[in-house]
Amino acid sequence: MNLSIVARGVSSVAIKDIKVYYKKAPVFIFGLILPTFLFFAFFMGRNLDLRTYYPGFLAMSLFFTASSVGPLITPWEKQTGTFERLLTLPVSIPVIIMGDTLAGAGFGLIISGLVFAFGLFITPFEIGLLSLLTLPLLFALGNLCFAALGVLLSSPAGPVPANIMMLSSLVRFPLIFISGVFVPLSEMSGAFLGVTMLSPLTYLVDGFNQALGNEGVIPMAIDLLVLLSFTIAFLLAANHVLKRKALKGL
Amino acid sequence: MPAIVAEGLTKRFGDFVAVDNVSFEVPEKQFFGLLGPNGAGKTTTIRMLTGVLRPEEGKVFIMGVDMDRDPLKAKSSLGVIPEVGNVYPDLTARENLEMFGRFYGLTRRTRSERAAALLEELGLGGREDEPIKRFSKGMKQRVSIGCAIIHEPKLIFLDEPTEGLDVHSRRMIVDKVKRMNKAGSTVVLTTHNIEEANQLCDRVCIVNRGNVVALDTPSNLRSTFEGARSVEVLFDRPVECSEFSDQCITRVEEKGNKMRFYTSDPDEAIRKVMKVRGEKGLTILELNTLAPSLEDVFVKLTEAPQ
Repeated sequence: MNLSIVARGVSSVAIKDIKVYYKKAPVFIFGLILPTFLFFAFFMGRNLDLRTYYPGFLAMSLFFTASSVGPLITPWEKQTGTFERLLTLPVSIPVIIMGDTLAGAGFGLIISGLVFAFGLFITPFEIGLLSLLTLPLLFALGNLCFAALGVLLSSPAGPVPANIMMLSSLVRFPLIFISGVFVPLSEMSGAFLGVTMLSPLTYLVDGFNQALGNEGVIPMAIDLLVLLSFTIAFLLAANHVLKRKALKGL
Repeated sequence: MPAIVAEGLTKRFGDFVAVDNVSFEVPEKQFFGLLGPNGAGKTTTIRMLTGVLRPEEGKVFIMGVDMDRDPLKAKSSLGVIPEVGNVYPDLTARENLEMFGRFYGLTRRTRSERAAALLEELGLGGREDEPIKRFSKGMKQRVSIGCAIIHEPKLIFLDEPTEGLDVHSRRMIVDKVKRMNKAGSTVVLTTHNIEEANQLCDRVCIVNRGNVVALDTPSNLRSTFEGARSVEVLFDRPVECSEFSDQCITRVEEKGNKMRFYTSDPDEAIRKVMKVRGEKGLTILELNTLAPSLEDVFVKLTEAPQ
């Protein structure tokens, strides 16, 4: 395998996605407007401690933004007829998946970075040495993990973007309700906590909680390891599915 | 070294065999035509040659590189021009060309210079910074061609490149591809336009039901079908076809006062025509002997069994 061609392919796919898909309406609606509305719906008129709930909101905004680009790319490319052409370029399915994931993660990183900066302004957190070490890792792994989830959701796609956007909402919405965003993980117990542990978002919420001075329920190293494992699993699953469904709808 | 080697390509979709043990070679610098009726296996063959589909059996070598072992290297030396101008409609013509150039590892400067020169050559100078979605079908196809050749590929695949285009766009595209072939690029053309293939191709491969049924130069293929030679005569008035029934004439087609006599012996056929002319007091206004066209050969080879 020629690594320079692989690296060039990944970066070219990511730049293509940034130029073409960052400006698409569904990315704004599902990646920015929706989590903002959810935030206001939950916080407005309730006397909640922002410091307690902010890490969960930060994780939710990262989750929505990072996973909003991926579901759009493959069905949109199949609809415009560019997907088959992409396959004739010096790229392979794994290269396309990595490029799409990088583009999704980049979008998530920009928006969640802005949300984080805004949070620091309105709720001063104590950023200790642990935070300085773990926050970049949490941002990087969280964005890659949920961008890979977005790409996985689009991998069985035909040429109708709306179908995949619907599927992606069906998967993403339940996750925010079982991942400690609206109910602190420390207050959960029993079967509900067991279900919560199945969601990758739980580990990001827990990681942000610890990095921003709140109580955590899982060791930070486990949070990071589980996020990395989910990222690899999503990438492998996306590769497996897209290889079989690449010509669907062409 | 051949530009393309296809060895025993086979692809099935369930029980349906789309391509069945197809083999051929395309030498470098050749203008090669891949012809066949709808559903013959052309698209599946092209998809396997361009790395979109993996054959279940057989091998593809592009410029000596095994497509299965090193697909990225193999695909680096080819350019594909699809039937529809498949480019990114939200980007401008220049952005599209430069983006495709990036995939092939061109430097920023080379991308910029080649994109500007190509857009000018393809008649899109002055429109290079407009989004593609405002372009006509012909203009989109010209951008699509620019995207496929910005890296100056040694091998170009064209899939019905002039389908549905106006005369000017068609001529511009055909001329550009001819120039690239003269400059040393190998060209593989799939088309339904037999006359276009006849004029452009050095060699054609006709596929039907997943198999290669003919592979030769257009002139050799035509000469194989001597029975499809014909004599075309324009009389001053209509005549009954039955007047010309003779052993040497296999079939008669009538179009107004013009009649076409299919024969394997034009000399004998003309003698028969002259005899009827004398008997019926006809006047011949035009007389032409015609060799079988590539279209005749194509129809003979691909017609469904009765």
